[in-house]
Amino acid sequence: MRSDPADYQMVAPGGLQEVVSLLAAEPGMWLPIAGGTDVMVQYAAGTLPSRKLVSIWNLPELRRIDVSPHELCVGAGCTYTDLREHEIVSAQFPLLARAASWTGGIANQNRGTLGGNVVNASPAADSLPALLAYEAELILVSVRGERRLPYVDFHTGYKKTKLASDELIRAICLPRQVSGYFSYTRKVGARNAQAISKVCIAGLGRLAGKVVQDVRIAVGSVAPVPLRLSQTEKVVTGKPLEPAVLALAKQTAVAEVRPIDDIRSTARYRAAVVGNLVVEFLKKLSAGKQG
Amino acid sequence: MAALVDSASLGKCELSLTVNGELKTVSVYPMERLLDVLRYQLGLTGSKEGCGEGECGSCSVLMDGELVNSCLIPILQAKDADIVTIEGLAANATLHPLQEAFLQCGGAQCGICTPGMILAALHLLKKKPDPTIEDIREGLSGNLCRCTGYIQIFEAVVEAARRRPVA
Repeated sequence: MRSDPADYQMVAPGGLQEVVSLLAAEPGMWLPIAGGTDVMVQYAAGTLPSRKLVSIWNLPELRRIDVSPHELCVGAGCTYTDLREHEIVSAQFPLLARAASWTGGIANQNRGTLGGNVVNASPAADSLPALLAYEAELILVSVRGERRLPYVDFHTGYKKTKLASDELIRAICLPRQVSGYFSYTRKVGARNAQAISKVCIAGLGRLAGKVVQDVRIAVGSVAPVPLRLSQTEKVVTGKPLEPAVLALAKQTAVAEVRPIDDIRSTARYRAAVVGNLVVEFLKKLSAGKQG
Repeated sequence: MAALVDSASLGKCELSLTVNGELKTVSVYPMERLLDVLRYQLGLTGSKEGCGEGECGSCSVLMDGELVNSCLIPILQAKDADIVTIEGLAANATLHPLQEAFLQCGGAQCGICTPGMILAALHLLKKKPDPTIEDIREGLSGNLCRCTGYIQIFEAVVEAARRRPVA
């Protein structure tokens, strides 16, 4: 059932300070809306949880990418197009650049924002495994000030997060100590454009000789939250990527995910694909083949 | 705080936007969709509603030069924006080169997706005047067509790029 616009209130204060003041004045009442690629879909379906919206689209404080020697801070209001067109993102954070290119068509990439993807907390969002692999930190802002939170701790359950009712994500920060890492990412879905993933994986790894020195594997669509496969990482770290280690990694990954049957795929298929993708990643890491 | 949330934000508001080069002032609820304002207030019915959730691209327009799905834009966010719809492409009786190319190549059948396809193609050619087939496939990947099988549409974009300039 379509919503009636007369039932909704919307303001566009134009500055971050005004927005967080509004959130603090009536906590939980105002729903921030950036590019609308999620919120307007709920609005069209008549399932929007709030009747009061505050526009954060194009707020200058949120639409910037700050580069320092040790990290890259992406404003929460940066679009997928902003990410794809940013030189340092393309060169040093290929997992994120690839994920941005997979998110919707061009029109949605021009409006969908990284902060929106994070706060909307869909376990199927393509950019979230990349953020886990890069060990991102979130900067959350409210009238009380700012706090930093490791992204891995942000999602607490299906579409549930640690964001307080008066808080907004200001930026997503990625440490830049990822040079020398091999990166791997794949999206498995019904078609490339527009289709939501059945499984999405992002991997980073570094070898010392033949031995895995550091590895990070993150997957989407296989649990209520985007998942770091920490058990799988543990069984390969410090080991050479021999067939027995690959077999153990696959078995561990399949056991570690918690997929469900839904309209896009089955739990069994998803678990099998995760196992295969983990093996593909580790084989490519072993061969030094970027992909 | 009261200043931000007082009665000014309830009910209808007046705002202006430029549509196909003309300044328009409309009286709207802020959550009305740009698509509905274009179609029902301004009479510009070229932009179509397909899915209403940003999946099909038939409502594509340019907003400040960027391709957007107008079904996902609350009108308040289009305040003072510069909008281009399919109606803004032809100059008087002369079709835009993209429109000519779609006609010539059979890139339009039932016509529902065509305005969105042409706006997406225009946005692509502005960014990449000499696109590869892959660029064209990606540039139009958010626009669904149920008639043509896409090949004639891709050929039309190639043809329009060949006849540069298209802007």
